[in-house]
Amino acid sequence: MLFVSRSLCCRGIGTYQLQTNLLSRSIKLSASDTMAFRHKNTRRIEGLDSNVWVEFTKVAADPSIVNLGQGLPDICPPSYVKEELAKAAAVDRLNQYTRGFGHPSLVKALSQVYERVCGRKIDPLTDILVTVGGYGSLFSTIQALIEEGDEVIIIEPFYDCYEPMVKMAGAKPVFIPLRYKNGGNSASSADWVLDPAELASKFNLKTKAIILNTPHNPIGKVFTREELQIIADLCIKHDTLCISDEVYEWLVYKGNKHTKIATLPGMWERTITIGSAGKTYSVTGWKLGWSIGPQNLIKHLQVVHQNTLYTCPTPLQEALAQALWVDYKRMDDPDCYFYSLPRELESKRDRMAQLLQEVGLTPVIPEGGYFMIVDVSTLNVDLSDVDENQPYDYKFVRWMISSKKLSAIPLSAFCGPETKRQFEKYIRFCFIKVNLCPMKTQNQCSIKNCNRQLLHFCPQSELDDFRNKKSVWC
Amino acid sequence: MLRRAGPFLRHFLLERNCSVGYSSYCSEAKMSRPVQARRLEGVDKNIWVEFVKLATTYSTVNLGQGFPDFPPPEFLKEAFSRAVSGEKHMLHQYTRAFGHPPLVKILAQLFGKLLGRDLDPMTNVMVTVGAYQALFCCFQAFIDEGDEVIIIEPFFDCYEPMVKMAGGTPVYIPLRPKAPKEGKLMSSADWQLDPAELASKFSEQTKAIVLNSPNNPLGKVFSRGELELIADLCVKHDALCISDEVYEWLVYDGKEHIRIASLPGMWDRTVIIGSAGKTFSVTGWKVGWTVGSNRLLQHLRTVHQNSVYHCATAAQDAVAEGFQRELEHYGKPDSYFVQLPRELQQKRDQLVQSLVAVGMKPIIPEGTYFLVADISEFKSEVPDVPNSDEPYDSRFAKWMVKNKGLAAIPLSAFYCEAHKGNYNSFIRFCFAKEDATLKAADDILQKWKLEKTAP
Repeated sequence: MLFVSRSLCCRGIGTYQLQTNLLSRSIKLSASDTMAFRHKNTRRIEGLDSNVWVEFTKVAADPSIVNLGQGLPDICPPSYVKEELAKAAAVDRLNQYTRGFGHPSLVKALSQVYERVCGRKIDPLTDILVTVGGYGSLFSTIQALIEEGDEVIIIEPFYDCYEPMVKMAGAKPVFIPLRYKNGGNSASSADWVLDPAELASKFNLKTKAIILNTPHNPIGKVFTREELQIIADLCIKHDTLCISDEVYEWLVYKGNKHTKIATLPGMWERTITIGSAGKTYSVTGWKLGWSIGPQNLIKHLQVVHQNTLYTCPTPLQEALAQALWVDYKRMDDPDCYFYSLPRELESKRDRMAQLLQEVGLTPVIPEGGYFMIVDVSTLNVDLSDVDENQPYDYKFVRWMISSKKLSAIPLSAFCGPETKRQFEKYIRFCFIKVNLCPMKTQNQCSIKNCNRQLLHFCPQSELDDFRNKKSVWC
Repeated sequence: MLRRAGPFLRHFLLERNCSVGYSSYCSEAKMSRPVQARRLEGVDKNIWVEFVKLATTYSTVNLGQGFPDFPPPEFLKEAFSRAVSGEKHMLHQYTRAFGHPPLVKILAQLFGKLLGRDLDPMTNVMVTVGAYQALFCCFQAFIDEGDEVIIIEPFFDCYEPMVKMAGGTPVYIPLRPKAPKEGKLMSSADWQLDPAELASKFSEQTKAIVLNSPNNPLGKVFSRGELELIADLCVKHDALCISDEVYEWLVYDGKEHIRIASLPGMWDRTVIIGSAGKTFSVTGWKVGWTVGSNRLLQHLRTVHQNSVYHCATAAQDAVAEGFQRELEHYGKPDSYFVQLPRELQQKRDQLVQSLVAVGMKPIIPEGTYFLVADISEFKSEVPDVPNSDEPYDSRFAKWMVKNKGLAAIPLSAFYCEAHKGNYNSFIRFCFAKEDATLKAADDILQKWKLEKTAP
């Protein structure tokens, strides 16, 4: 009743009207409780609520589990990167809004780095958009350029967000798998290739774009110039856009070279290239990324951006700009972080591969990125009594988490519905982990634990063989 | 753009031995369509892009865009410093996508207390990239093609393009100024909704109403009675309420900010939006949140996980510490939520005095850090241009920043296209500024007045 008397004192509202409203409201309240709740999700997000990460990051958040699943470095970012952030936050005006499409010093630094890499002029104000991670760039690009009636070609396996983002834009994903072309024990990501005729058959009048990811997550493939040329030819022939997710661009290992499809003839004008601070500097928690492309495409991404989150955090952008300048100045120097990080990761890659091989598994050695996939079917873990409808790799990973305290990500999460069977024997490990180093003594060693867990997979005879080996673990 | 470079394309294709007939047919079909998606139609213009550029180029005193020029509170800066350079190096990596656990926990605690309700941090709270992204998630989650959304004018300008981008139809209702009491300056409280007019805007198609209280740009703090009016209609028409409460702590003259979600029947149909930027004077951190029932927030989570997924970790950690501190000091004189509005009220009064002294007529805001003033007395400076596409106040504001170095935002920026001419002699000032900035603004205004009256 206090509520009523307060209401009667309000300015500007007829008390008579209010009294009748009170009565009708109490009636309506009980009515609305029993009415069906009509505020369901919009059509654009129908069926997009589930997500492999939501399940597996929750499960793996248990600290007793060795987490080699989500692509999250537990190595430290370089100290100068952290220092730049501390410096930026101490400047008062850097705690307030900056330019919506990208902090001026950051877009300038990005334009310099990429002019050097691409060998062409890049206008910092019109050819670049700074976004909330590579993820935000993918979203802005797809929302800007893709709509109902469009088809978008997605290469399988794919970073899982491509499919729901394309669907949320009302378009149809068209899948084409990478296929393993070689036999033999030692597999490389280079052995996973697209069939050119099959790829050509996916293009039609409705094809608006193809999403390319190189270096590739999860397989680690680094597309060669020749492979990119095949894709480029088709894009030009069909006047299709190319959304090139290159967040792992610096993480390429010896003998491989990252080629930007936007630098191929006829491709700059139809390509959006996406990059990520998180992957470049091991700062995934900064959530800064960028889209680079011609003004006539980037301007539409900018429109999406100004209607979705408007601007990205300022101190992070300033810190990233300063870090980029440090490395821009030493791009001819092997100590540049763009080159020193992949050197560091290559030894971790080799270590992880060695461990997996020593327990009898066949990893696919990645040419780039920080993931490695492995065929676990050779372990013959029988999970047929578990839920039939789930792909094998999902069941395997859940079993591995609960019984072996080790997490990874099932590869069928990265496939369309038709190819789940093809990929369900693979799981993905992440190796940007601090203790994946040879010849080091560790206290709390994630890979030592990993070794122990992996050992448990082996039949006894193999275990005995293994124990007799003289290899140094950690 | 390549799609219009038909001859170039054909020549290139010939060189590559492609079938000219087939590929030129392909490219013709595509060339007739624009490259961008239709959802961008009509949402490409943005007042800030233009006015921020003007302020950067010309202004000596920027009272335009809404951000403080004073530092954030020390305790918050220290929290951020600890987050980025301390022991917790994992704060540079991904955190929980729907919100960093320490932050959602403290938000659930605080808003639970404010709403008198038990809140689950995992399902009743979601962190976003500023309140801006929270708004985006709401429209994308709930507004389909054909849905109507009621927007109260004047409104924070992004509501309109966001509704349109979601395929919705904005339905506008203006706050109408009533004459102030004899001898008094107009207050934001004098701008009111007409109840019958508001009721007439609700229809079968009405999916939601956007409420912004305290209101940007007027500074209006909706009273309980006014909120009940809106709540009644939401309940009657089973409409959602998207409640933008980013200025919730900035209320003056002993006024109370009332949360519409706390009114009967409203919790289940309201999404509350808040902002660390406005709460803690750190607009550049872009940390915001939504609070509401799980039934509603589950759909915001779906949009969020398919658009940005994670928000930056370190700032969330620092904001969590900031809230921890505020909860401990809640209601006490050294609480930032007490100190900030007290300081801003003084600044408001200072600016009001400056404006009155020179003949601009301020509308006293009950909340926010914005103030709208009537510049009719200064109209002689900027001649009217009949049949101009641009509203008068916009031309005035541009002239003022270029010629006087003082940046402000035209009120027409906060109206739909059809209504931009309705209140065309008002401009909006932001007074979240150091005293020195407000003094400098006063100097410009005094000088201007002298120049005007000089023979």
